[in-house]
Amino acid sequence: MLAFIKRYEGLWLFTRSPAVIIAAIVALVIIIGAVFAPWIAPINPYDLSSFSLTDGLLPPVWEEFGSEEFLLGTDDQGRDMISSILYGARLSLIIGVCAMTIATVLGVGLGLAAGYFGGRFDAIVMRIADIQLALPAILTALLIDGIARGVLPPEMQQNLRVTVLTIAIALSLWVNFARTARASTFVQMNKEYVQAALMQGQHPLRVMFVHILPNILGPLLVIMTVDLASAILLEATLSFLGIGLPADSPSLGTLIRIGMQFLLSGEWWILWIPTLFLVALVVSINVLGDFLRDVFNPRLR
Amino acid sequence: MLRVENLTVKFPSRFGDVTAVEKMMMAIAPGEIHGLVGESGAGKSTVGAAIIGLLQPPGYISDGTLMLGDTDLRSLDRYQAHALRGKRISMIFQDPQTSLNPLMTVQDQLVETIQAHEDISTSDAQARAVDLLEEMGIKNAATRMRSYPHQFSGGMRQRVVIALALCTNPELIIADEPTTALDVAVQSQVLDLIRELANVRKVGFMLITHDIGVIAQIADTVTVMRRGKLIENGSTAQVLGSPTHAYTKQLMDAVPPLDRKIDRFRVPADEDGLVAGQGKGDKAEAWLLAGAKEDAVGLTLNDVTVTFPGTRTSIWRKPDPYVALENITFDVRPGSIMGIVGESGSGKSTLAKTLTGLIKPASGTMTLGGGALPGGRARARKHASRQLIQMVFQDPYSSLNSRHRVGTILAEPLWLYGLVADKDARRALCMDMLNLVGMAPETIDKFPHQFSGGQRQRIAVARALLARPKILICDEPTSALDVSIQAQLLNLLKDLQSAFGLTILFISHNLSVVRQMSDDVVVLRNGRIQEIGPSEQLYENPSADYTKMLLSLTPVMPKDWKLG
Amino acid sequence: MVYFIAKRLIQSVFVMLAVAFLAFSLFRFVGDPITQMTGVETSVADQDRLREELGLNDPFAYQFARFTGDLLKGDFGFSYRTRQPVAEMIATRIPATLELGIVALIISLVVGIPAGVYTALRPRGIATQAILMATLVGVSIPTFVIGIMLIFFFGVQLGWLPTFGRGGTVKLGGWETSFLTIDGWRALILPAFTLGVYQLTLTMRLVRAEMMEVMRSDYIRFATARGVPMNRLYFKHALANTMVPVITIIGLQFGGVIAFSIVTESVFQWPGMGLLFLESIRFVDIPVMGVYLVVIAFFFVLVNLIVDMLYVLIDPRLRIRDVS
Repeated sequence: MLAFIKRYEGLWLFTRSPAVIIAAIVALVIIIGAVFAPWIAPINPYDLSSFSLTDGLLPPVWEEFGSEEFLLGTDDQGRDMISSILYGARLSLIIGVCAMTIATVLGVGLGLAAGYFGGRFDAIVMRIADIQLALPAILTALLIDGIARGVLPPEMQQNLRVTVLTIAIALSLWVNFARTARASTFVQMNKEYVQAALMQGQHPLRVMFVHILPNILGPLLVIMTVDLASAILLEATLSFLGIGLPADSPSLGTLIRIGMQFLLSGEWWILWIPTLFLVALVVSINVLGDFLRDVFNPRLR
Repeated sequence: MLRVENLTVKFPSRFGDVTAVEKMMMAIAPGEIHGLVGESGAGKSTVGAAIIGLLQPPGYISDGTLMLGDTDLRSLDRYQAHALRGKRISMIFQDPQTSLNPLMTVQDQLVETIQAHEDISTSDAQARAVDLLEEMGIKNAATRMRSYPHQFSGGMRQRVVIALALCTNPELIIADEPTTALDVAVQSQVLDLIRELANVRKVGFMLITHDIGVIAQIADTVTVMRRGKLIENGSTAQVLGSPTHAYTKQLMDAVPPLDRKIDRFRVPADEDGLVAGQGKGDKAEAWLLAGAKEDAVGLTLNDVTVTFPGTRTSIWRKPDPYVALENITFDVRPGSIMGIVGESGSGKSTLAKTLTGLIKPASGTMTLGGGALPGGRARARKHASRQLIQMVFQDPYSSLNSRHRVGTILAEPLWLYGLVADKDARRALCMDMLNLVGMAPETIDKFPHQFSGGQRQRIAVARALLARPKILICDEPTSALDVSIQAQLLNLLKDLQSAFGLTILFISHNLSVVRQMSDDVVVLRNGRIQEIGPSEQLYENPSADYTKMLLSLTPVMPKDWKLG
Repeated sequence: MVYFIAKRLIQSVFVMLAVAFLAFSLFRFVGDPITQMTGVETSVADQDRLREELGLNDPFAYQFARFTGDLLKGDFGFSYRTRQPVAEMIATRIPATLELGIVALIISLVVGIPAGVYTALRPRGIATQAILMATLVGVSIPTFVIGIMLIFFFGVQLGWLPTFGRGGTVKLGGWETSFLTIDGWRALILPAFTLGVYQLTLTMRLVRAEMMEVMRSDYIRFATARGVPMNRLYFKHALANTMVPVITIIGLQFGGVIAFSIVTESVFQWPGMGLLFLESIRFVDIPVMGVYLVVIAFFFVLVNLIVDMLYVLIDPRLRIRDVS
């Protein structure tokens, strides 16, 4: 067993860093909780009939007035905190993962192609990236959201909230992938195995995806983790600003926004518990991302 | 002056401590040039780094005595050790381009080094710097000093580097591959400079290199290393001319001579127990011969010129194009080996890329065995030449896709050119081809990084052969390999060529290697042909001045040393 | 060198034009300006007349040209929501955001760069590990959470600092500044710190990575082999070379500062451009959105141009041609 672990440097390093192991566990717990929320949450916070105002503002079980039915307390509407958090994390993760996937496919695809073909195509892609860089991520996300608001008829807006958010976040993140993929592709293009394949007359698509792509995955993997964290943070920020998910289908960000109203009045759990979960989730993803970065770039250890 | 005894250096790893250097011994007197020679991984650079205290962490010295005069180098603390550097021992590295701080002028770098060890005014330090640079052969030193490193050419930079190492008058300079990155002419000048410094200033030099010719030219004494251990040492004439240890003998056997052409190199069996070139691989051999029904094919270039767009530096003027190759005309006889020799920047690689269709010539024509050979994008992906011309590249570490298994890499030409339709038949053929080039058939399921440089080059040769080519272009195929591995690969190429009647273009900067391989030779310089002719004739009686210069300045072992 | 500068200038102009185009498209395609401005009571005939007067039936290219011309003149149109000239609205808010941004940037640089250098030079110390852990957490906590926490501790629990608004400001000509009063500074600290923390962690990690890379380079090895004193090695050689790529990132950071100012201004109710933008999103106030875009892009492009000039000044390889 030990020999197996030692063979793969990444695996071995993993077992040597307690911080990373903890992060992985935390992330895993939250993710599993979020994925299985409909089955393990006590109530469904979207179902208006499953909670009532009379249960509102109950503190967590270890405080005075807390009840065992609601282990972490309830919010002002009477919704169980645990359920809200699980469903909220679920939404945050769904949006985060989807946005990141779209950004990855779009960014890597364009970056690869730009690096491979060079010339005009590369220049165009880079100009678009430059322009987008002039507008920071939040701006892009907000813009897209604003446009959607203005363009879509009001009835459809609610249903498409999640989609709009996902697209908005994805469009603000793709540039990072594109630039890294492009830079890595340039490096690989000078390598002799690529020249061998080109010289043999292999099809460009094969050269790009079968030859080059496996060799640039390393840095891309790091960015994927970091961007997943960014996507989740971005969504939380948008929700916090009131532009993301609304109160009746809240994500963690929305919950924090709601909780902020109670900052001064003493119902601290409505604010701090969702905050804690959000931070735990993002911190563990970032720790994992950092770890991956160290694995792929030994000089930074 | 320098005395090293029982030096042992270890590197901790997750598999336990790895011994990089074991019980090393060495002695260098003032004014002595001591060569430290060995193949890659021998530990030469590690010895140098250990002596000056620049071991890459986490490496450490686990045992041994290091005495510089009366000073015990191992007993010094961090600050004393650092004070010693530059003042008594200095070190210079291989690449002059990266050895100098790009943001500081040469003057500033010299002055700061001088003032680091002596209490002397800036103007005095500057004056000393000027004198030193002129001594190195840099004219107008006072003005030139104020430039930045990137404004100097490669050879000049290395002289600046040597000046920097000398400016504090150390007793010992450790030179780690100081001339490997330089052209032959420049190398010759720098070597002469080192010799003069040793004679006149009595500076001791530890010359670390893998190039035996360099050792032969200026080293007084030499130590041969292998896998961290000392193999043999003594005066250069004795060690290189009449070696006593078996390994040294093997090493010397593998060095390609410049003065004559030998049939095959004498090589021992390598670790796999296989003697290169004498693998089985009968089926592969039969398959290759079947494809060689037609006669061998020749290659012709006519007035080929290749240009690249120049870099733009001014808004007003359009830049002049950079001429990489100009009016290249030569003919490669079918079934022969044409050697192409030139230094860096001569256009050799551009020529290879043009022939394989990666670069389009601006003008001129190419013909392949009678039919026209289109250039660059004009050559369709399915054009016959894609199969008929194959290439073996220089860097074995990047010419095989490290994410693919050997089997995948080898099978590509087979299905790409429709040579073998059945998947199992392909696999069998690949395994047999591996045998033919002297590799075990199990190689097929492994990844490239599991093999050494020499082994990877053999896989690369197998890949090229599996396309059943008529023309094989070898672009510096052995430049990244150790001299003994090089010998094995050259033997392999010779055997394959004579068995299958391939036409080969052998490109290299190493004159000795080219002599061993070629029937005809083209000498390139700055994109133009300097001379062309039958190999033996060109080497014995060169007509172009450039060829004469190259031949005379290439460091070789004096003939009178060899007794055997 | 002149060519390099000229090339960058042209690129910048291009980017600005593209952003202007984006903003203009917003105007044209998102919602109907006429209905926004006039409401339900106006007759269709009147609406058409308005349309004609405002030149909304003219060809696209012509309208774009006019739009750009107006922008250059400083005419930013009118807000749908407040009917005020957008230029005025933005002008009153710019000082707040800029001051916030500059202080945040200074905090991030003054703390981030030394921290980066320290952690690069002492990679195995305890302090280094602690700093790295702290920055990891810092990068992961959303800006608004930091803001909330700071408000909670310093504003609510300890009551030391105000939790919203700008506090005491002084008007200098047209510029309303917080810098001249203690009250102004007290109000500025929390938001600036919130904004700066994220930038700080980014700067620190970047400086650390670059510096470690530089410390492994051949010229550092050679300088060590020559016995150049350690301090000089670290600062004159290593740090100077590290700064070259770091400076480029600082330009990007400025963009980040402006972006995150939206969040910070929201948390602290800081009356800056970000808050304005947020409100304009909520009300789909297209003119403000569009102009905000252009203004932000302008600042961003300007800062990057300055950074490029600095680059040329520092790296001699860009100033003097490479002979090799």
